[in-house]
Amino acid sequence: MNDISLSRRRLLFSTAPVAALGAAQAIGLAGCAKEPATSDKRTYAPTFFTAKEWMFIHAAVDRLIPPDAAGPSAVEAGVPQFIDRQLEAPYGHGAYFYMQGPFLTDLPPTLGYQLRYTPRELYRSGIASADAACTQTAGKVFAALTPDAQDRFLSALEHNKVILSGPPAAAFFAQLLQNTREGYFADPLYGGNHDMGGWKMIGFPGARADFTDWIDQAGKAYPLGPVAIDGARS
Amino acid sequence: MAIRKKPVDAVIVGYGWTGAIMAKALTDAGLNVVALERGPARDTSPDFEYPRIADELKYGIRGDLWQPLAKETVTVRHGIDDVAAPYRRYGSFVLGNGVGGAGAHWNGQLWRASPEDLRLKSHIQERYGKGFIPAGMTIQDYPVSWDELEPHFDHFEKVCGVSGTAGNLRGEIQAGGNPFEGPRSDEFPTPPLPAIYSAELFSKAAAELGYKAFPLPAANSSIAYTNPYGVRMGPCNLCGYCERFGCFLYSKASPQTTILPILAKRANLEVRTNSYVTRILRDSSGKRATGVLYIDEHGREVEQPADMVVLCAFQMHNVRLLLLSGIGAPYDPNTGEGLVGKNFAYQMCSLVPTFFNEDVQINPFIGAGAAGQRVIDEFNSDHFDHADAGFIGGSLIYAGGTGGRPIDQTMIPSGTPHWGSEWKTAVRKFYLHAAPIGTQGSVMSYRDSYLSLDPTYKDAVGLPLLRITFDWHDNEYRMAAYCAAKMQEIVRAMKPAHQDLLLMRPGDHWDTRVYQSTHTTGGAIMGHHPRDSVINRYSQSWDVPNLFVMGASAFPQNMGYNPTGLLAGLAYFAAAKIRDTYLKSPAPLVDA
Repeated sequence: MNDISLSRRRLLFSTAPVAALGAAQAIGLAGCAKEPATSDKRTYAPTFFTAKEWMFIHAAVDRLIPPDAAGPSAVEAGVPQFIDRQLEAPYGHGAYFYMQGPFLTDLPPTLGYQLRYTPRELYRSGIASADAACTQTAGKVFAALTPDAQDRFLSALEHNKVILSGPPAAAFFAQLLQNTREGYFADPLYGGNHDMGGWKMIGFPGARADFTDWIDQAGKAYPLGPVAIDGARS
Repeated sequence: MAIRKKPVDAVIVGYGWTGAIMAKALTDAGLNVVALERGPARDTSPDFEYPRIADELKYGIRGDLWQPLAKETVTVRHGIDDVAAPYRRYGSFVLGNGVGGAGAHWNGQLWRASPEDLRLKSHIQERYGKGFIPAGMTIQDYPVSWDELEPHFDHFEKVCGVSGTAGNLRGEIQAGGNPFEGPRSDEFPTPPLPAIYSAELFSKAAAELGYKAFPLPAANSSIAYTNPYGVRMGPCNLCGYCERFGCFLYSKASPQTTILPILAKRANLEVRTNSYVTRILRDSSGKRATGVLYIDEHGREVEQPADMVVLCAFQMHNVRLLLLSGIGAPYDPNTGEGLVGKNFAYQMCSLVPTFFNEDVQINPFIGAGAAGQRVIDEFNSDHFDHADAGFIGGSLIYAGGTGGRPIDQTMIPSGTPHWGSEWKTAVRKFYLHAAPIGTQGSVMSYRDSYLSLDPTYKDAVGLPLLRITFDWHDNEYRMAAYCAAKMQEIVRAMKPAHQDLLLMRPGDHWDTRVYQSTHTTGGAIMGHHPRDSVINRYSQSWDVPNLFVMGASAFPQNMGYNPTGLLAGLAYFAAAKIRDTYLKSPAPLVDA
């Protein structure tokens, strides 16, 4: 029961508008000694994302992995925090990618990513132009749309059915979906996969990495829950 | 002016598998050796320690052990008239970096070639006639035979503690092994691990159809084991962090777990890490290497003089260094002239994502890079009659995942949305009950598939990137379709709830975004004569006889097997000849 109430609280928090976010943060700070399990997430203040971008990210990732009976939503899992932290890390600055020009356009997509955007630039420009597109067609930013309308817009991004003033819609969407999955399933040490909820949903035992006693029990259900790199169990 | 180091007897470029093999052989012979490695020092402790190694994001996705593409990548184009674009993010293949090279984070699938793979052109012409090889296909024989390589295959398997079951022991076919393998002089050094569940289901289905499934030869030791150099390995526990990770259990063979421990204290070996070789130096005749130029960890240019240069970098980097150094004539696909860069090849893989009902517990997270997997070899190499098949080559068909890494290895049935509640529901429903069954197929060499220097893009120090010109050919589409049909038949006999098929079809181009195989080959191929090859049978340059080139750059075309067993066999074969003949009288080892 306790788990359910915790997750419901997270759910309520997750849909709160950004004005309430500040209030929740203050409460979280005051109450952090009582609720260590959730305090990190509730008090997390983004470094890379602006307040407007933070609203977009919360709304978008919670449609990509929405709240339902199958398992935690992306926001419940801490995916926004994960993405913010990744964008502050060398990864966000493009340190893992070859970033020298010239940047050729009109190449076959099979030759892979050819944009000049680092992940940070892709988010900055992608969110701004996505919100501009939503405002132009619906009079509201993405985060203020109904969930159905959000889904329709995300689907349009995914299939390049909307022209953004920034990056190609599908490239922005692919980056967002990849990082959302990463935040949902990566070890909790990166700020996502809260309480190993992503792993529990599918039955992945995390960093357990020792199946000596299951080598000769092929076909039997594995009984143990996940462990994280820091030793946390669930 | 470059800093000039004290001359040494031999300099080794790249400290992965072949670098370790050659460093041991040359220091055994008493030479003073310097090994230059572009990446950092790496060892089981502290770099691969548990639990920090069990981190999918860091190693499996970001690729912390891979070559940083920001500094150097390759460019890719499909056709000889196209403009190439940089491989900016990892996708189709992953490149190694640091001590151990790709040998630190490989899967450990350790195959020998089939005997006919080593004389492919002659074999095909003898069995099917000269007209069977299509126009534009440029396959050729290796200049070395199965019998010559077999002792070296056997030795390397013992170095690696390979687990498996012999299928052909000195000509006698053995139950439970690969009946198509060439005759081996000895059993595998360690027994196979039991099949993981998907591999068990696959083996039973294959048997029903009359095929002989056997344990995939695994450089994942199944028991506590001491190799011929006295280095101890521990048993694999199917941890699921193998492919793309270093092994924390000393089970997966890598240079670190098999050879480097005995080299660590040798006074006649110095390993310099973070040393990026940019050129092979030669004297005024152009026929003799005098050492190499490299950029050290402080960014300084350093000259390392040496009497002998041994290229042991990855296949692509060996070729790039030859091109950057102006050694040998670059291959020209328009004229067919020149040899450096010729016959680049790859592999073509297919996959059947297989989904079972909830009562079938696949437990995908229980697995290793190779151990626990099962495979059939009926449709690989020339193990079946190709007369009516209309292609050359084939695929192995295997079962058993390398792990269940949730970011990268979750499978959902085709047609399922990639996000939203439907995605979530499908991932939750199938994660524990899905298995990958796959093929790994050969790719022949062609006149229009080659490596050259890119005219536009540069690495971090301003040198041209290597350019890959490659796309699929009709022979490979036919090969893949044929083998995929056999695979689908086996999967149907496994009685899954649902099965999909990922297959390259005619018209599909090489997609660099999707991981397929890191088994790239060719570009510095070996042969009988300098008119058809860059190196001779002892991996010695025809043009510069004190230069040796190791690795899969030597393969005249690619096979359906993983390359490490063959390239290690070729390295040991070369090392023996260097020790017995070359060092006593440094000269060309084969008359041109």
